[in-house]
Amino acid sequence: MKELIRFLLLEDPNVRTVVFGTILLNLSASVVGSFAFLQKKSLSGDAVAHSILPGICMAFIFFQTKSLWVLLPGAFVTGWLSLYLVDLISRHSKLKQDTAIAVVLSVFFAVGIILLTYIQHSGSGAQSGLDSFLFGKAAALLEKDLITYAIISLLVIGVTVFFFKEFMLISFDATYAGSIGLPVRGLQLVLTTLTVIAIVTGIQSVGVVLMSAMLITPAVAARYWTDDLKQLLILAVFFNTIAAIMGAYISYRYPSMPTGPWIVVVISLFAFASILFAPKKGLVYSMYRVFKHKSLILKENILKALYQLGEQDNGFRDTRALNKLLAKRNLPLWQVYPALYRLMFEGYLQHTSKGWALTSEGMERGKRIVRLHRLWEMYLSKNLLLASDHVHDDAETIEHILTPELESRLEKSLNFPEVDPHSSKIPR
Amino acid sequence: MNDFYIILTGILVAVSCSILGTFLVLRKMAMVGDAISHAVLPGIVLSFFITGSRESIWMLIGAGLMGVFTTLIIEWLHKKTKLQEDASIGVTFTFLFALGVLLISYFAENIDLDQECVLYGEIAYVPLNTIMLFGLELPKAIVMLAVVLILITAVIFFFYKEWVITTFDAPYAASIGMSTVLWNYILMSMVSFTTVASFESVGAILVVAFLVVPASAAYLITDSLPKTLFFAVLFGIISSVAGYYSASILDVSISGAMATAAGIIFIICFILQWIQKQIHTSPSILQAEEQDV
Repeated sequence: MKELIRFLLLEDPNVRTVVFGTILLNLSASVVGSFAFLQKKSLSGDAVAHSILPGICMAFIFFQTKSLWVLLPGAFVTGWLSLYLVDLISRHSKLKQDTAIAVVLSVFFAVGIILLTYIQHSGSGAQSGLDSFLFGKAAALLEKDLITYAIISLLVIGVTVFFFKEFMLISFDATYAGSIGLPVRGLQLVLTTLTVIAIVTGIQSVGVVLMSAMLITPAVAARYWTDDLKQLLILAVFFNTIAAIMGAYISYRYPSMPTGPWIVVVISLFAFASILFAPKKGLVYSMYRVFKHKSLILKENILKALYQLGEQDNGFRDTRALNKLLAKRNLPLWQVYPALYRLMFEGYLQHTSKGWALTSEGMERGKRIVRLHRLWEMYLSKNLLLASDHVHDDAETIEHILTPELESRLEKSLNFPEVDPHSSKIPR
Repeated sequence: MNDFYIILTGILVAVSCSILGTFLVLRKMAMVGDAISHAVLPGIVLSFFITGSRESIWMLIGAGLMGVFTTLIIEWLHKKTKLQEDASIGVTFTFLFALGVLLISYFAENIDLDQECVLYGEIAYVPLNTIMLFGLELPKAIVMLAVVLILITAVIFFFYKEWVITTFDAPYAASIGMSTVLWNYILMSMVSFTTVASFESVGAILVVAFLVVPASAAYLITDSLPKTLFFAVLFGIISSVAGYYSASILDVSISGAMATAAGIIFIICFILQWIQKQIHTSPSILQAEEQDV
């Protein structure tokens, strides 16, 4: 606990560098990555990340320096080239885009490995540290590099904010953006350039393989909480920052643990948690909605069956044994029991030792369902001219959905019918 | 003899990968293959830690399960939560790979695996680790790769018809009662086997090059499945041999050179099909214009 407080207060200058470093490195990635995610280009980031390696090695071979101002432009050139090649291959051959991405990323990476081993074997000694681009070494960041990264991140975010509306348009509806006179290709070029820059800077924090996670995973996590692009970007940055701090903390406490993979694991857990538990869009919530709807249908079907039994012998509120009910409508027992008891608690049914009976509320509700069912059958056969033996299934589903307003309009348009196509009386 | 073993290892990896890669490319699942080759890492580390050996059959089984598990997560994210497919792939494999790297750091004192070895392997060490078999001293990696290759060839050969139908016409396959899902999972487990068997020699990223590049190159210049398979395997063998010799001349990573050689073959095939397309399309464009006039 004491350690955590010490960490959070940023007393140690090293901790300060690492924390701000990990946040800064991925800040721009989570912003432009959200656009890549929305444009369904999540995996092209993977191609760029792998293709950066040969660029960095070549810049090092030519200039024999590890200054970021030399290595980063080298990385930028091959990163860009990879995207161009992916586009070229998928446009001028029968290969699909994902195959083109896989081909380009693996070959570029292979060239990178060749260059890296060439540098190592030529033994100039100065090469140590180049492999931090392979795996990411956020914990080994220097303070002077921090300023470089801060400038780049601010630049990327500044341009994104400036072109926010335009980027939004080309991400959601490029055709419309073109029709109102926006230079779509040019804007796309700017966005792609920003993406490459963001990947080039971010790669120091998590490394080649995990870089695509920094682009898309925050956006995926954020997507389940909002439909608004601005909120999505802010949330993505927020998730990213929390993950960066947690990653930095873990490798601060356990120095043998690498920061990058921890950041990725934390942000992935955020994403999985959002996918499962986010309100409205989360899986658990949508499963709950399906469950609620299904149980509503089940309950209404039970009320309807009891009402129809009542129609047969004119004893709407008579007590019916369970097997009579099941004979009318066959339902699995494990579903029927809980539904019956729930109906009882809601006041629609009464339970005695002999069986189940409708209360007056239950009878009204059962009557309404039967009525909607028959009205809809009437409507289908009269207005859509369907044969009377084809209308039942459709009515079976819609009877649970029709609102009172629709009900009265149906009645009106059918001129208040007495019976349905099967000559059953429509109850009133 | 060492040269021979290294080239043989390269060829075994290349042939297994090219065969499977052809089906991955045809099924438009190249990136799923990429994802699986990364995602088996935690499986490898865990079984390596539990059994303490590299050649264990349990490692293959563990990785096979991991591959199917990865496919399941990707499909679950895509179908159940409506996350787009590329994002499902990206989220899944980066998570599992990060987990794998963390496991390596956690077990670092107990196992001799390092990150670089995982990423791009070291094929030059293959002849050092040997096993006695039928009175012969053979490198372990070669024995394992040979077993995997025989397994893959057998599964593809005996069920060739099923592979063709499920690859090219999934709805028809379903209509005659073939389970496309089952064949998909079999393919994914074979991809996982191959990744595990190859990872020691070529690493987790370069195995993707062997899976995808020769197969895509072959697919560009052929128009029937047997021909594509034949050329994919041929390209795989050529790039292994050429890669080995160029690597020993330049004194660089052997597996990197093999993958780069495959890349060069891909570029040649791409240019060939491009020229061919120009020759085929230009007269027809002219004809069309003449008709318009």
